Amino acid sequence: MRFGGLTAVRSVDFTVNAGEIVGLIGPNGAGKTTFFNCLTGLYVPTEGTVSYKGTVLPPKPHLVTQAGIARTFQNIRLFANMTVLENVLVGRHTRTKEGLWSALLRGPGFKKAEHASEERAMELLEFIGLAHKRDHLARNLPYGEQRKLEIARALASEPGLLLLDEPTAGMNPQETRATEELVFAIRDKGIAVLLIEHDMRFVFNLSDRVAVLVQGEKLVEGTSEVVQADERVIAAYLGEPFEGDPGEAEAAEVEAAEAAADATSSTKGEAK
Amino acid sequence: MTETTKTPAPDAVPTPPALRGLIRLPSSAARALVLGGGIATAASAFLAWTWTDEFPGDLTINGYPGGLQWLTFTAGVLTALFALAAYGIRGLGWLLPARNNAPLVLGALGGFSVTWFTVIAISVELGGVVNLEPGGWVAAIASLLPVIGAFALPQERTGTDGTKEALKAYVAKPDRIPAARATAPWVQRAVITVVTIIGLGVFTYGIDTEYGELFVGYLFVVVFAMWALHTAGLLDRFSALVAANRSFTLAMGFAAAIAFPFTQTDDHYANIGVNILIFGTVALGLNIVVGLAGLLDLGYVAFLGVGAYTAALVSGSEFSTISGVHLPFWASALAGAAASLVFGVLIGAPTLRLRGDYLAIVTLGFGEIFRIAVNNMDGQSGPDVTNGPNGIPSIPDLKIFGFNFGQAHDIGGFTLGRFANYYLLMVLIMAIVVLVYTRAADSRIGRSWIAIREDETAATAMGINGFRVKLIAFALGAALAGLAGTVSAHVTYSVVPTPYQFAGSTPPNSAFLLAAVVLGGMGTVAGPLLGAALLYLLPEKLVFLQEKSLLAFGIALILLMRFRPEGIIANRRRQLEFHETGQLDVPKQTTLTDEPAVTKAGA
Repeated sequence: MRFGGLTAVRSVDFTVNAGEIVGLIGPNGAGKTTFFNCLTGLYVPTEGTVSYKGTVLPPKPHLVTQAGIARTFQNIRLFANMTVLENVLVGRHTRTKEGLWSALLRGPGFKKAEHASEERAMELLEFIGLAHKRDHLARNLPYGEQRKLEIARALASEPGLLLLDEPTAGMNPQETRATEELVFAIRDKGIAVLLIEHDMRFVFNLSDRVAVLVQGEKLVEGTSEVVQADERVIAAYLGEPFEGDPGEAEAAEVEAAEAAADATSSTKGEAK
Repeated sequence: MTETTKTPAPDAVPTPPALRGLIRLPSSAARALVLGGGIATAASAFLAWTWTDEFPGDLTINGYPGGLQWLTFTAGVLTALFALAAYGIRGLGWLLPARNNAPLVLGALGGFSVTWFTVIAISVELGGVVNLEPGGWVAAIASLLPVIGAFALPQERTGTDGTKEALKAYVAKPDRIPAARATAPWVQRAVITVVTIIGLGVFTYGIDTEYGELFVGYLFVVVFAMWALHTAGLLDRFSALVAANRSFTLAMGFAAAIAFPFTQTDDHYANIGVNILIFGTVALGLNIVVGLAGLLDLGYVAFLGVGAYTAALVSGSEFSTISGVHLPFWASALAGAAASLVFGVLIGAPTLRLRGDYLAIVTLGFGEIFRIAVNNMDGQSGPDVTNGPNGIPSIPDLKIFGFNFGQAHDIGGFTLGRFANYYLLMVLIMAIVVLVYTRAADSRIGRSWIAIREDETAATAMGINGFRVKLIAFALGAALAGLAGTVSAHVTYSVVPTPYQFAGSTPPNSAFLLAAVVLGGMGTVAGPLLGAALLYLLPEKLVFLQEKSLLAFGIALILLMRFRPEGIIANRRRQLEFHETGQLDVPKQTTLTDEPAVTKAGA
């Protein structure tokens, strides 16, 4: 995927098997979300294809969802002024086909389809534990529940593969653990999960395989142990020592200078 | 800076705000003043206010109110009723469920504004205060009394700083309105019926106002009265009632709409009625495009034009370029709607790939292209289809099942003129459009429109084919406008290109249609209808505004966007979008079982 002269993601070959949880990690700006956007058709890849169950997917988001790949967003993109139930019902869009005419004529088929959709949506809300809030507006939910609702909305399209873009961003440890349970529960339904995450403990606990993306290229892929032991990964995250590494003498010099500066500016610091 | 803003807060918090009014009077005296003033205001309407009947409405008769005096009387009675309810008189408690003083203030202000407006109008129009009879002075003073009394009433939030805050507190709606007692279904229906009849009466009075002064006075009274009812919490209670009896209310609304021409003796007012209905129906169609799907369409009136021209061409008019064709109404209505639908798809297909402002600009362009094209299809600069600027005149009246719409008919002692006939036809069309709107909005397709409006990227990622869904909204809106256009062609006898422009001084044009939707309230059924009625009546009644009506609308829109951006009748979603009070907005039944609060505390 190229944006003008900038190559954001380059020749990343990647496979997710059925019923697998795969983690995708990498430093900021590595191209993880861009890769997601290519998969889901939000970006049209400059080169390469995305195939699902053997068929090549067209780069159109709604067709990708139709085929069975659903996603969540890094910054929550719920329909803020719709209720919790309505949000999930929108997710059912691809699995229902009542058009304008059936809505206007309101035949028995329409009522049946609406009823079935609502039942399915309520099942999903039970599953993530938001059933008691069905009539609340999405914008009024606490942050963690908004994340959950986004997952429920994605699940409503009955995907075979669920893409989660940083599902635990901004969550406290307890909520993160709950999300972990949720992802396992989703996998138990037979849905494969591909997730982007910065919380390493979360990723390595959860994933069957982990892939590392650095500067748009796939560095390494394998089980948690393999990735954790890989030196290139550590280097990408922490940086490498370089030749002109400051020695102890220089460090002492800097410390002395800082101490002197501190003495003069201590009053200022307190005022702040 | 920080100190100046911080100091008042600690002072204001510990000392509970003193309960006293802006004007220092004992509260019992203040209350009595409001009651007495209200009664006096109502009574003063029975005096002669001026000596000559040159001022419209004949305010010269002692013992019988005329014109504007009726409005003063109404406002006075309303104020007195609120004052009595504030005293806790049995049987009036329902008027003031929250026992707050704001309705008293607003009722008093309504009486004051209409009376003083009349008195000043008499003085200005007849040239000086000498033209006021003693009755006029009495009315002016009597209407001032309840205002003084009302502002002397204790107000809970007056303890805080600043007169502005204090004034705001006087007209604020209390946070909590006590819930109404449960009533039997027949009582609820009776209440809805009575309110509908009153509403019809008020609306009919507004349409029937014969001169601008009366209409201005009418607006004063209606605005203050509605505001007073709003702050009293009665409007909330009524909307709860409506929500519980939705289909009954809808039926009553249509019964009232059908009853309107029977209350009219002059066909001129039925003409206003039918024009309001056409305008309102088109606005409701635009509401699908703008209010539900969130597509800003600035050339919408072109679809009305397509419908009108199609109907004119197949009406059998001798000036029509296909004058041999004379289709029955149902066929021409379908043809008009279908032609508009085709144009909607043709215009929508290339433009709906754009978003936001770009879409608005392109639709604006297409709207103008329609008018210019119609102007030029006269056989000289283009193909001979529409007769150019001359349009298609002498469109024959409709005949359905032998019922000639052009003639007056007597039904049960009431005479229905030509416009009244068309009015009833338009009520039918509007019923269809309302049905289409409500059913489409509450369905899979309606949800996808709202989803697209909320977040298009997320909506497409949820599997919604954005382009297709938007095109359906665009085409449906166009077809409904075309349907209304077919009737409008017959009502106006002729079809010419000039009304179908972006902005003009008379409705309908694209700018007015959009203003009607925004003013009334996007995404609601009643909103665009109310907005259309207002926007049609204002230039019609206020003749002195005629040249400056666009200026006046600009100012009105700016004020509205500043103080009530969600429109007069607010959709719940819209209201939350503009006001950050949403955190308190939770459905009733779930407030007690809020589990996550507990789990969070454990974290």
